[in-house]
Amino acid sequence: MSASNSAAESKPEPVLRVQGLGLRFGSQQVLRDISFSVYPGQTLAIIGESGCGKTVLLKSLVALVRPQQGEVWFHDRNMLALDDRELTRMRLRFGFVFQNAALFDSLNVEQNIAFPLRRQGQKSEAEIRRIVRRRLHEVGLPESVLAKKPAQLSGGMRKRVGLARALAVSPEVVLYDEPTTGLDPIMSDVINELILRTQLRESVTSVIVTHDMRTVRKTADQVLMLYPLSRLQPGEPQVLFEGTPEQLQQARDERVQQFVRGEAGKRLQEMDETMI
Amino acid sequence: MSHASATQDARPRRGGPGDALYRLVADLGQAVLGWIMALGDLTLFTGRTFSWMFSRLPLRETLVPSFYQIGVLSLPVVALTGTFIGMVLAVQSYAQFRLLNLETRLGAVINMSLVRELGPVLAATMLAGRVGSAMAAELGTMRVTEQIDALASMGTNPIHYLVVPRFLACIFLIPTLTIMADFMGVVGGAFYSIGILGIDSHHYWLHSQEFVGGYDLFTGVFKSIFFGAAIALISCYRGFHCDPGAEGVGRAATQAFVYSFVSILALDLFLGILLDSIYLLIWPRLPRLV
Repeated sequence: MSASNSAAESKPEPVLRVQGLGLRFGSQQVLRDISFSVYPGQTLAIIGESGCGKTVLLKSLVALVRPQQGEVWFHDRNMLALDDRELTRMRLRFGFVFQNAALFDSLNVEQNIAFPLRRQGQKSEAEIRRIVRRRLHEVGLPESVLAKKPAQLSGGMRKRVGLARALAVSPEVVLYDEPTTGLDPIMSDVINELILRTQLRESVTSVIVTHDMRTVRKTADQVLMLYPLSRLQPGEPQVLFEGTPEQLQQARDERVQQFVRGEAGKRLQEMDETMI
Repeated sequence: MSHASATQDARPRRGGPGDALYRLVADLGQAVLGWIMALGDLTLFTGRTFSWMFSRLPLRETLVPSFYQIGVLSLPVVALTGTFIGMVLAVQSYAQFRLLNLETRLGAVINMSLVRELGPVLAATMLAGRVGSAMAAELGTMRVTEQIDALASMGTNPIHYLVVPRFLACIFLIPTLTIMADFMGVVGGAFYSIGILGIDSHHYWLHSQEFVGGYDLFTGVFKSIFFGAAIALISCYRGFHCDPGAEGVGRAATQAFVYSFVSILALDLFLGILLDSIYLLIWPRLPRLV
């Protein structure tokens, strides 16, 4: 919260500014006219039910997916207008924590965490080894896992290694794709705590895609809720809510409240009608 | 809106006389469009591969495993296939040549077929089967598990990191594999013809020498480079554009082999015609004998 308050006072330039983003896969429109800004040190949580385009939106921020409309400004550069080489360089300023960690199977944990550092090519091997151990320690893993392959790790450990790898190059922006999905409640809380500690320690700007309300309450300064286009009335905006986590609790939109409380509501009725 | 309703109106009534024809034409059109788009996509993919290949050196850590996997590990299977094909050619041709009392010419036929056609095509087919489908499956799994996205997000171009080393390994090592297939085929053919069928070795080798020239060897090796390039590009492209799930990865691996094999045969035909035309252009008075 403190970050968003200070942002409002001094009005700094946003780190990320998304304008009129629209994306379709073939004939299926996934995102329509999405706009928002993320300020330095702020944590934005993008929430919404499965299939509403949260992950696609997150990947669009670093042009892993190419939207057909709109712009993504990272400081003064439009990420979607960069060529291959510029984009490759620019992406080193981001850290991306993937939903299933996306660790490289053929490399061990040490090589996985060291990968972005080696690709950056600015540090000595001794320095890289030191950073790898520090990052591993920060995510609460013992050095004994360094020689292990990703297949030998549990889901929670893989996520933590993924987080250590994303933080290895000290990025300006960290993007989290459903960081607690598939984890037990205790491990989910561990991950939430790690996200929070990372924000406090590194003062990074974060964007978290999640449908876990505990993650939102614990880590976010700002919340953006998307809704699947297929369930919207024509002309209705896809962003159902934009505000702080406190404002989210008091939102008047029934669909927002249903999501926050985790209630099926009319959805069960619709399912029954479909079955008939 | 008006366009949509016009399209609706143009469509014959469901189950009516024109409906089947309409659907056939629509399906055919969709398939053709799909092929054109895939071909365009593959061309762009090839362009980006060449662009990264010439603009930045590949990493040693990616190049050496690719060369080992594609070259060294393919050697035994290519050598074995070559040997058997040489022997099979001797078995199949012997009866006809003996009827004409031309069995000593067997060496010319076997060795010419091996060096110009069978050696390069078989080495390429083995490479497509052993390496092409494995590359598509590996890259497909990386795509499905977001490892390719992870590479891109860490400032590494996936084409430079994953495709360029495999492409270089294929084009540089397939000539070696072709020469190995040729050599083992020649040895296998000679072993069966001379050692088992009892053909006179002096005449066997004499006729081989008369008919098989340096240009024939060059033709085979030259064609193989194009086969290697096609295998690498098609297989990597299929892996990169893999559908989600285990079924998608399996389909990518199968399609990588099938499309590579068809490309090898098509390239073999067109390069064969081209290289023969070049031969006649350089040596117009020496028409091809075989």
